[in-house]
Amino acid sequence: MSAGTTSTGPVEQAGRTEPEVALAVAGLSVRIDTAAGPVLAVDDVGFSAPSGETLALLGESGCGKSITAQAVAGLLDPVARVVGGEVRLGDVEMLGLTPSERRKLAGPELAIVFQDALTALNPVYTVGTQLAEPFRIHRGLSARQARERALDLMRRVGIPEPESRIDHHPHQFSGGMRQRLLIAMAVALGPKVLIADEPTTALDVTVQAQIMELLRDLRAEHSMAVVLITHDLALVAEQADRVAVMYAGRVVETGLVREVFREPLHPYTRGLLESVPAAGRGDRLPSIPGAPPDLHSIPEGCVYQARCPMVQDICRTQRPAPEAVGEGRTSACHFSKELRHG
Amino acid sequence: MADPLLEVSGLTKTFHISKGPSGSGRLRALDSVGLTLGRGETLGLVGESGCGKSTLARTLLMLEQPDEGRVRFDGVDPFRLKGKELLHWRRRIQMVFQDPFASLNARMTAGEIISEPWATHRSLYPSARERAARARELLDLVGLRASDADRHPQEFSGGQRQRIGIARALALNPDVIVCDEPVSALDLSVQAQVVNLLDDLQKQLEVSYLFISHDLSVVRHIADRVAVMYLGRIVETGRTEDVLDRPLHPYTAALTSAAPVLDVSRERTGTRILLQGEIPSPVDPPSGCHFRTRCWKAQDLCAERTPHAQPGVDQEGLPEATGPRHGAACHFPLEHTTEGAQLTVSP
Repeated sequence: MSAGTTSTGPVEQAGRTEPEVALAVAGLSVRIDTAAGPVLAVDDVGFSAPSGETLALLGESGCGKSITAQAVAGLLDPVARVVGGEVRLGDVEMLGLTPSERRKLAGPELAIVFQDALTALNPVYTVGTQLAEPFRIHRGLSARQARERALDLMRRVGIPEPESRIDHHPHQFSGGMRQRLLIAMAVALGPKVLIADEPTTALDVTVQAQIMELLRDLRAEHSMAVVLITHDLALVAEQADRVAVMYAGRVVETGLVREVFREPLHPYTRGLLESVPAAGRGDRLPSIPGAPPDLHSIPEGCVYQARCPMVQDICRTQRPAPEAVGEGRTSACHFSKELRHG
Repeated sequence: MADPLLEVSGLTKTFHISKGPSGSGRLRALDSVGLTLGRGETLGLVGESGCGKSTLARTLLMLEQPDEGRVRFDGVDPFRLKGKELLHWRRRIQMVFQDPFASLNARMTAGEIISEPWATHRSLYPSARERAARARELLDLVGLRASDADRHPQEFSGGQRQRIGIARALALNPDVIVCDEPVSALDLSVQAQVVNLLDDLQKQLEVSYLFISHDLSVVRHIADRVAVMYLGRIVETGRTEDVLDRPLHPYTAALTSAAPVLDVSRERTGTRILLQGEIPSPVDPPSGCHFRTRCWKAQDLCAERTPHAQPGVDQEGLPEATGPRHGAACHFPLEHTTEGAQLTVSP
C-alpha cells in the first residue's frame, strides 16, 4: 500500500513541513504455519510513523496488529515468516538485514515495550543489571558508569528511591513500576522508533494514565516515533496523532485520528466507534453483528463483507484496495465516498 | 425504593496470608462493606484490582464465609441456612464469569453445560424432555440456535461463549446474577452485543445484576447505581450519573478523570487528575482513610480518623449503596457548582 502518509522525507504542505518519517512499512505480509494449514495473518500492510508523533495500530484481537509489530522488530515466532513487503527504519531496509546487523539497531534505533512487564523482564537479574545492559553492550561503558546511567533512568521514569531499589529483582516491583522499568530499558539508548504493544492493558486505569503521560514526555524528549498497538479507541483518541485501523490482517483505514474518528470512511471503523458505550442507561448500544472471520477461511472480496451493513455484490467478488480519500487518508472500501455523505 | 432484594451491612472478611520472612499477615479484603440491591436493578461495582470486588462477589455467592456482617436476601440470612433450604437458596443467586474460554468445560456440549445445574437442582425440571425443551428455550433466549446445543465451546466465538455462560446462569431462574467483568475479555464490537443482551434479559426476566467492572463506560451504560471500592471499603455510592458526573470522593474523581475519553472533537474539560503512586498493599493499608496516601486533599485528620459518611451536597446517611442517596466516605468531599463537573482540583 502506498498513500500520502508513506512519503519519505520532508514535504512542504500548506506552509508547514511534514515531520520526517522514522518508520515506513509497505506491503508487509506475514504467513503463519498452523496445524490447520498456513494463514496470512498480516496481508499487504502499510503505514508510516513520523518522528515525534504517535501512530496507533488499532484493532481487535487476532487482527494482526501484534504480529505486524513483531515482524517490524524482527521478533516473529519461528512458525511465522515475512513473505513480502519492506520495513524502512530511516534509510535502512530492516527485513534484509542479518540477525547480527539487526541486533546492532535494537536499542539505539528501534525499541519495543511489551504488554506483560513481568515476563518481559528477566526474573533472575536485578533491575540494575538489566537497565545497565544496553549501556554496557552498545556504549561499552564500565560497570560503574553503566550503573550510574541506570540510576538516572530509574529517576527519569519515576521510580521512587532508585538508590535502594536498583538491586531489587523484578518481582519486588508493582505492575506499574515494572512497566516503568521496561519503558526505561526501551528508551535507554534514545531510539528513533518505540513500539509499545498494549503497554497499559494489564494496568489499572489510574496507573495507565501515569504511564501514558510518561510515554508522551519521553516521546518529546527523544523526538521518537511511537507506534502504539492497542484495541482501546479512547486511548487512541487521547494519545495518538495518526491511526491505522486493522481488520483480519489488513489495514482498512488510515489517517489523522481527529479526522478518522470524526468522520470514519470505512464501515468497520464506523461500527467500532458506534459500539463504544457512550449513551446513558437504557439506550440500546449499536453493535457490529457477528464476529471477525477465521483467518483460515477469509472470503473472496472484502474481508468485512459478512458484517458490513452496506455490503453489495461487488464486495463479495472484488477486494477493495486502500485508496486515498483525503489528505493523508486512505480507506479500503468500495463505498467510502457514500460514507462521507452520510 | 421498595424493599431491597439483597441487603448487606458491615460485611468484613479477613484472609490470613503467609507473608514470607516477616511472618504471616492479615489481609482485610472487605472492611465493613454495605450495599443494597433492588429487584430488577443493576448495581455497578467499580474499583481497581485488589480492591475486594471479587471477594465481595464470592461472599455473596456463599463461596466465602464472612467474619462479620449481616446479609439479608429476600428477608433471609443465607449463612444460617442448611441442607435443603440452603440448596434452594443457592438457586437464586448465580454468576457469569469474566473469561468465556476458561469458564466452560471444553468436553461438554453447550446443551450439557446449560443443563448441568439441573443435575443438582433436580426438582426444577424433573423429566429429560422438559430439560431438553428448556435448554433449547434458553439458547434461543440468549440469541443462539437450538441446534447449537450439540456443539462444543471451542466451536463458538468469544461472544457466543459468553452467551452460553449467561444461559447457564439463567438455567435456575435466579433472582440475582453476579456478573464479574462479563464483557472485559470480549472485543469491542462483540462487547456491545453482550451488553445489549444483558439489558434485554433484565427487562424480560426482572433479574437483578451486581455488575463488577473496571470499565466506567460500560458501567455508565448498564448500571442504575454505582458503588466505588478502594482497598476493601466502599468509598462512594449513589445513582450512576451522580457518582460518575459529580463525584464526591477524590478517588472517584481520579478514577473518572483517568479513564481516556473517546470524543476527539471536544477538548477535555478540566484538568486530568494524575494520582501519585499506586494502590498500597492491602496487607498493610494506611491508617485512617485508606486513600490518603494518594489524595491531594489529605490532611492530618485523614490519617487519624477513618472517614464515614459525609453528608453530600443534598444527601445524608451512610456510604452504603442504599437507595438513591449519594454519599462518600471522605472528610473533605469535593464540591460542585450548580453547573456540575467543575471540580475544585489543585493537582
